Amino acid sequence: MEHEREEKTISLAFSDVVKSRLGGETITLCYQCGTCASSCPVAKITPRFNPREIIKLSLLGEKDEVISGDAIWLCCSCFNCQERCPQKVEIADVIYALRNIALKEGFIPNIYSEFASTLLNDGRIAKVSRFVENKRPALGLPPLQPTGVDALRKILSATGFDKLQQKKEGV
Amino acid sequence: MASYALFLGCVIPARQPNYELSARKSLAKLGIELVDLANMTCCAPPPVQSIDLETSLAVAAYNICLAEEADLNLITLCSGCFESLSMANVTLKADEQLKAKINRILSQAGKEFLGSREVKHYLQVLMDDVGLKRLKQSVSKPLNNLKVAAFYGCHALRPSELLKLDDPERPSLLENLIETLGAESVEYRNKLKCCGGLLRGYSDDLALNLAREKLANTTKAGADCIATLCPFCFVALDIGQIQVKAKFQETYDMPVLHYSELLALALGIDPKELALQTHKIKTDKVLNKIS
Repeated sequence: MEHEREEKTISLAFSDVVKSRLGGETITLCYQCGTCASSCPVAKITPRFNPREIIKLSLLGEKDEVISGDAIWLCCSCFNCQERCPQKVEIADVIYALRNIALKEGFIPNIYSEFASTLLNDGRIAKVSRFVENKRPALGLPPLQPTGVDALRKILSATGFDKLQQKKEGV
Repeated sequence: MASYALFLGCVIPARQPNYELSARKSLAKLGIELVDLANMTCCAPPPVQSIDLETSLAVAAYNICLAEEADLNLITLCSGCFESLSMANVTLKADEQLKAKINRILSQAGKEFLGSREVKHYLQVLMDDVGLKRLKQSVSKPLNNLKVAAFYGCHALRPSELLKLDDPERPSLLENLIETLGAESVEYRNKLKCCGGLLRGYSDDLALNLAREKLANTTKAGADCIATLCPFCFVALDIGQIQVKAKFQETYDMPVLHYSELLALALGIDPKELALQTHKIKTDKVLNKIS
């Protein structure tokens, strides 16, 4: 009975959703060997993050647990796991895909919201203040070229990135 | 004279004039011309990739388009930019379907990605356009007796399939470039492990744990300084030392220099021209040892 109940709550389609997204294509190649977890600098210092576990839960269809949890945001994007995976699962990219899905559904850490706002406003993710810009000649640096903010906004609008941002701000 | 479109990125102009000055001055001295193009933007690094990968590919491709229009290859100083731009350049060159999709987006900004140009890390430019032999001949103030802990960070090496800078598990490029300046490259434990930089702001505790390990291991190995390739690694290890001190009551006082700063010093560029005051951990120990 326990087994039956479990089957009903599991949505196996989630792995297909991940697989169909940019970055998520290789997720179903995983055979759970754990090379990723043993190569992971973050997994070594906290039980909160384990790349093998994230892939396993995703393959089992535990979408809510994966995208609402904090684990997917603890990947440091070092690509050690991806470099070493014997199955060529692009693990760090799969985690980007999971973050992309999480964000679309409204789960977004504040720091990423800030990155998105700065990008939309300034065309950069770290703003160059007027103060810093004015100091350049005295330091012997050439003037900064203008940033392509207008072109960037057109791109962000074409991909719907600007709307993602509005959605986040509404959360 | 080799010419490149300089992709300066965000963090360097915002916070690290020491990196920009040392790179501009050294490369000029070695006969590499850097061209500053108008209208570049953020490279769309991991924080943007985390939000939307398709957007990040389009933004990176847009910047490559500017270099294509100027008939120049791109040179990057920041490993984050190197990784993001390379990801777009290599992926889109190999995938016609994805390229067509990204080009539909770029057409809104009046651009088309052709895939006609290369993205290079400045270390690759040093190897390809200068070479170790000429570099050695250009050194006028060798960094004798200086023990340097080479730190590649992550996005100069990995994913190696895209970046092709060196062997991702046993690299030697940076060590060779350090020794060419007359310094000694020291080995230390877990050299290739991440600095934790990208976790800053989301989980400072974990980020500082990773930075602390790097500082402890390089100190134990007797390094006089750490050589970095990336502004994020620099922040994690330089400003990071002040935070590590506050959190763990551990003082390392380990100078962190970009490789380009060591290069500039070895090429005889006056330290006063390099904005070394930008460093939170003073570089005096290093300057004294090599003077």
